[in-house]
Amino acid sequence: MALMSLDVVNQSASTSTTPQARRTLEVAKLIDISRCIGCKACQSACMEWNDLRDVVGVQEGFYTSPPDLSDQSWTLMRFNEQVIDGRLQWLILKDGCLHCQDPGCLKACPAPGAVIQHSNGIVDFQETNCIGCGYCIAGCPFHIPRLSGKDSKVYKCTLCSDRVGVGLEPACVKACPTQALGFGSKDDMLFQAEHRLDDLRERGFAKAAVYDPKGVGGTHVVLVLPHGDRPEAYGLPANPRVGPLLTVWRSGLARAAGVVTMVAVLAAGILHYMRRGPLEVPPEGDQGVKP
Amino acid sequence: MNGTGKELILRHSNGTRIAHWSVAIVFTFLFLSGLALFSPLFFWLSSVLGGGSLMRFLHPLAGAALVILFYPYAATLVGDNRWLPNDSRWVEHMGAYMRKEHPDVGETGKYNAGEKMMFWSMVVLIGLLAATGVLLWQPWFAPHFSAGARRAAGLVHAVSAFIMFVGIGIHVYAAIWTKGSIDAMIRGTVTRAWARFHHPAWERETTAGKDRR
Repeated sequence: MALMSLDVVNQSASTSTTPQARRTLEVAKLIDISRCIGCKACQSACMEWNDLRDVVGVQEGFYTSPPDLSDQSWTLMRFNEQVIDGRLQWLILKDGCLHCQDPGCLKACPAPGAVIQHSNGIVDFQETNCIGCGYCIAGCPFHIPRLSGKDSKVYKCTLCSDRVGVGLEPACVKACPTQALGFGSKDDMLFQAEHRLDDLRERGFAKAAVYDPKGVGGTHVVLVLPHGDRPEAYGLPANPRVGPLLTVWRSGLARAAGVVTMVAVLAAGILHYMRRGPLEVPPEGDQGVKP
Repeated sequence: MNGTGKELILRHSNGTRIAHWSVAIVFTFLFLSGLALFSPLFFWLSSVLGGGSLMRFLHPLAGAALVILFYPYAATLVGDNRWLPNDSRWVEHMGAYMRKEHPDVGETGKYNAGEKMMFWSMVVLIGLLAATGVLLWQPWFAPHFSAGARRAAGLVHAVSAFIMFVGIGIHVYAAIWTKGSIDAMIRGTVTRAWARFHHPAWERETTAGKDRR
């Protein structure tokens, strides 16, 4: 990570500036759901590359397995069962961090440097700095970070920042057999996505759309949704945003207002004492003067 | 009026003083650790409060301790903190009182209106902080609430904490300003002259033989 520290453009709860000397290319992962066959090779590749092993669960009547993201499962194929035009369909979502340009997790985090953003767009957790408060979970519009019961640290997809940092594609992209996953510069991925949309529209998916939500400044994981008018059907929020509550709660303005309040209370006390002096019981014989 | 002015009378019992200072110590930890979590400017406080992770773990536990210490203590003070007609008069003359113009505010009982406002604001604020704190308490309680509810809780928690800081700031200053009140909370006693000057109605009650707490 030493080299990559040059590329940190944003870090949580920090009062120091980030290095400005260089800027890397903005990257993105493209997920074309229309090409996904649900093989879960991406899940396996993620486990392999990151050396993660989730607990072996039980069959719960769904094809989705394991049942949820966790500290050991950073990406998950969700097989959303939807009835469309009278037919039961799987609207598969490759769930995981979308690497927002305006990340709610980073904004919410109170621990210096526990959440960082690289100039290539990757949002990464630095678990050694994490204090386990879970504010990032409350701050995330996509409900992605997971707090581990073992170590009280949060985990999520790193977009294989270690691989991308040395010029490789993320492990899930490398493993995908149908090119449902692509990786490259964000511009290239958006360009490719437009082509995929043309194909889909020809095939009758008139509402196909690219999911790159502007409410979080765009994302560095971009999805092509065949039913683009209904992102909720895939389990994605239609209009994700960081929202005013978090913005106010974790804002510099609120922090400044807090400091000003404290200084004002202190100053008021000092000035009042200097001007008026202490309130003392008048000496004996002066008892006639009542408060 | 009986007795000499220098005679000592009991204002705060042993139990009250122990409760008061326990609450004060727990509050201090909560305030400093909360400040570290609130603003990066004060995160350095975490290194003198056990380090980030441990401090984050201890903060909600201290919050629970505050609730357990404060409310039974507060229950013993409710009787003397009931709002009386005289109290509204005190509030009207608060400016003059602070300018030491000794306005006529009627006969003050064990606590004046300022102390009563402090008491009731703490009853409300500690409740608000505890309730919103539960929504943020990882790893046990927070997962049961939606992200939206937790964001709202975070904001209310922070705002309440700052109102509480202002309240405690006034409380501490009032104690420094009013000579004799810190001694009263440490040793428990005040002089009869002090009682007669600040809390004449209460002084008369204690003289009448009704020894209160």
